[in-house]
Parts: sequence; structure tokens; C-alpha cells
Amino acid sequence: MSVRGFTNSRPLLLTLEIGVPVTLLAWWWFASASSTNPFFPSLQKIVTEFGKLWLFDHFLSDIVPSMSNFVIGFAIACVAGVLLGTLLGLVPPLNWLLGPIIQFIRAVPAVALLPIFIAMLGFGNEVRLFIIALAALFPVLISTIDGIRGTDALLVDMSKVYRFSRIERLWFVYLRSASPQIFSGMLVSLQVAFIVMITSEMLGAARGIGAMTLMAQKSFDILGMWAGIVLLGILGYLVNLLFSMFRRRALAWHLGAQRAQASN
Amino acid sequence: MTDVRLDVRGLAKTYGSGPGAVPIIGDLTFDVKVGEIVSIVGPSGIGKTTLLKCLAGLQPMTSGSATIDGRPIVGPPREMALVFQEYTRSLMPWLTVEKNVFMPLRHLRLPKAEAASRVATALQAVGLTDAVKKFPWQLSGGMQQRVAIARALAYRPEVLVMDEPFASVDAQTRFELEDLCLQIRDEFAMTIVLVTHDIDEAVYLSDRVVVLGEKPARVTRILPVEFEGTRDQIVTRALPEFGMLRSEILTLIRKTA
Repeated sequence: MSVRGFTNSRPLLLTLEIGVPVTLLAWWWFASASSTNPFFPSLQKIVTEFGKLWLFDHFLSDIVPSMSNFVIGFAIACVAGVLLGTLLGLVPPLNWLLGPIIQFIRAVPAVALLPIFIAMLGFGNEVRLFIIALAALFPVLISTIDGIRGTDALLVDMSKVYRFSRIERLWFVYLRSASPQIFSGMLVSLQVAFIVMITSEMLGAARGIGAMTLMAQKSFDILGMWAGIVLLGILGYLVNLLFSMFRRRALAWHLGAQRAQASN
Repeated sequence: MTDVRLDVRGLAKTYGSGPGAVPIIGDLTFDVKVGEIVSIVGPSGIGKTTLLKCLAGLQPMTSGSATIDGRPIVGPPREMALVFQEYTRSLMPWLTVEKNVFMPLRHLRLPKAEAASRVATALQAVGLTDAVKKFPWQLSGGMQQRVAIARALAYRPEVLVMDEPFASVDAQTRFELEDLCLQIRDEFAMTIVLVTHDIDEAVYLSDRVVVLGEKPARVTRILPVEFEGTRDQIVTRALPEFGMLRSEILTLIRKTA
């Protein structure tokens, strides 16, 4: 029953998901069409500026470096977070020792540390990469620790009875079992990495989407600033969409099991 | 009589040490012969699960010994498979039925065809040929327990240990799985150790029943079970000897609880 109800409401949900933003955009377009307010230019002008500024012209010089920073930083955070999280999850004494330190570093916003790292390491791109990876590390790390520690003891016993090798136990039992939590952590890290990617460029960077947008704002180029904001919105949305699609595929078993449990 | 496969001598298990120590198993001695089905029954909380964990090599015993074919059990022995009571939790929800059954064979490094045929045979034996590509959570409880049994079968252990394997399935499925158990013993020539709190089940399936009692646990009595002809859910259970054995075991358990 509930499954059928769910499938029936799908077209409606999809219509709403696409319809609501389109309606809002249309409303913005027409309501701002005759805007003379210098701070809120018409959407038409923003779109024209967007095309002029970002498409082709600054694509290679600003969007690509920003996005590559973001992707590399996020990837480093994911790999380091899962590796370290697995180690801490499997070795409780290590977690007791390092737990407080991790919580402390996590509590300090990474962006607040940026000036220190710039002072220490200079204005190079590595500093930005480092700060993105550092900020994005913690959500993955903490959810990996939780996921690994939450692995059902019975499954671990099962893997021992059937004499799984250490690698098999780690890969096929612990990491798979933790993967729903790891992915949730990655989703948070993704957003953190995006935010930090932009903010890191607003401090002492000459190129990148964040730098361009901040420069536009500082020189009262309101149109350029709006175009930057629109670009950030679109990129953020696309990045989230891509990751969610990937997550849904990788966790098909988990989502299916949850649905099966809900319908019982 | 025949060869002894599993030999338990003076097994004892105490949790903790010093004044806070909790003795669970006092002194257990029994053996299981090749091709036998032996049930272990006893009042609840007697430490049956602890005993299984020791036999499966998941927990060290405090004293005494347990051997398979003369080799002492120190870690999980290659010759043994365990079917857990909580079948839902013992299957990997991220793998299909087929892959769940295949997983323990991975490290045996069998030729591909051999592994595939073992998986197929095991799934066929438990009647799950149509469900190979499904995930465990798409199956009913009884079918999930069949997957767990198939996984044990494909592993081809010499000793199959089952911990209250049919405790949470409906009565009809339970009868089917019990007969499956008898059929497995005959077809795969396995030795089966079954822990159960269901006395009828113990009598119906076993060649011998080990009754545990007291705290910490000791063997109260070992009863041989002999019925004429092959076992049948209706005929065997209606035999007068069946009723007598059942009463005898129940009385023993009541007395020692």
C-alpha cells in the first residue's frame, strides 16, 4: 500500500520539485524587470552579465581553478577521513587518546585559521587546498568512526567463524556496514568544502570565483557580484545533485532495506 | 561406536576474575560422533550461547578442552560453520543472497566453477534457487534463515553448529527447516550440534540429547534418542516413546532449573 502510494505521488513530487523553482525564477524575472534599484538589478541584466563574465571568458581562468581546488580538497578529506576514521574506530584506545584533540580542532572554524596558515605558508594555492581539506575532513572522520564502531558485533563474529581475512573483514564488513554513515558525513563535508573553497579565495587570492565575486562587490560592480552569486548557487546545486546521485547508487541496498523495514 | 568428531572435556568458562568473577559453565563433558545430530537443551540462561561461542572459537575457555578430530579448538576452526540465532543480523544486507553464500568461500580460493557450483547446490538444497539475485531484506524470515543455512552448507564444514536456528520463524516454516536439517545430515554427511530451548525439536531431530542444568552449567544427563524408520513430523511426534522422552527431558530441566 505505502509503496504504491509512494509511486503514485512521484510525478506530483517531481512537478513540484521543478515547478516551484521555475515559478520563483519567473516571479524574480518579471518583478525585477523594471528595477532601478542599483543594489537589486533586473534578473535579465544579471543573466546577461553572467553569460558575459563566466561563460567562456573566465571559465578557464577562474571557474576551473576554483572547482579543481574544491574537488581535490574534498577528495583528500574523504580519503584521509575514511582512513583515519577506520583506524580510530577499530582501535578504541587510539580514539580515547585522540578524541579530545579532534573535537577541539573541529570546534575551531577552519576559515578562522586561514590567516595563520597564510602567515605560515604564504599565499600559494596549497594553503587553500590545505584549508579546504582540513575543514572538510571532520564530518567524514567523525561519521566514519561512528559507522565503524556501530558495526554489528554479530556480523563481526560471523566473519570470524567463516574465517574472513583481515582485509576481507575490513572491506566487506566494517566499511560496507559503515558506508551509510560515511556517505552522510561526506555530504556534509561536500558543503563545507564548497563554502571554504569560496571563503579561502576571498582572503588574498587573485583568481577564482570567490576572488572575482569579492572584487566585484568591493568595486561596486553590483551586476558582477550578482552574477557570481548566481554561479555559486548553480555550482553548489550541481555538485550536491551529482553526489546525491552517486550516493543513491552506492547505497541502493541501504535505501531498499529501509523501505522494506518501513513497509513491514 | 563410531569415530568421535567433536570432543568436549571438562569445559569451564568464567567471566571476569577475582571476587567479581561470574562462573557460567562449571564442567561440561560430552562428545559428538561423526554424522550425529546432537541437541543441547537446558533452562534459559544456562549458558548455551556461551558454550557455542567457546566451541566456535570466538571465546577462550577458562579450563578444559574441546577438540575437533583430535585438534584442539583455539580460534574459529576451519571444519566448523555456525548458524546464528539472529539470522537477519548475521546476513550482509549489502550483498545479494548469492553473494552472501559465496563470501565465506572467497578466501578458500577455489576454482571459479567449483565455487559457483557449491553456491548453486547449497541454494538449491534449501529451496532458494529463485531468490539468488535478491537481497536478504527482500525475503521473509524463514527464507533469510535458509540463506544462512545455505551459507553454512556451501562452506562444507564437517561440523555444523546451530544456535536456536528456528526460534523466530512460524510453526510451518519451522517444521520445514527441521526436515531440511535431517536432509542435510544425510546428503552432506555432516555432524550437527543444535542448541535449542524447544524440547520437541530436540527429540525430533537428535540422535542424542545433552541436558544441561545447575549454575554454573553441568551435564545433567545424555539421552539417546532412537525411533524406528525415518523421522516424520506427524508419525514420529505421535509415537509413545516420543512423549516419554519429552517428559523425561522436561522433568530433568524443571528439576535443575
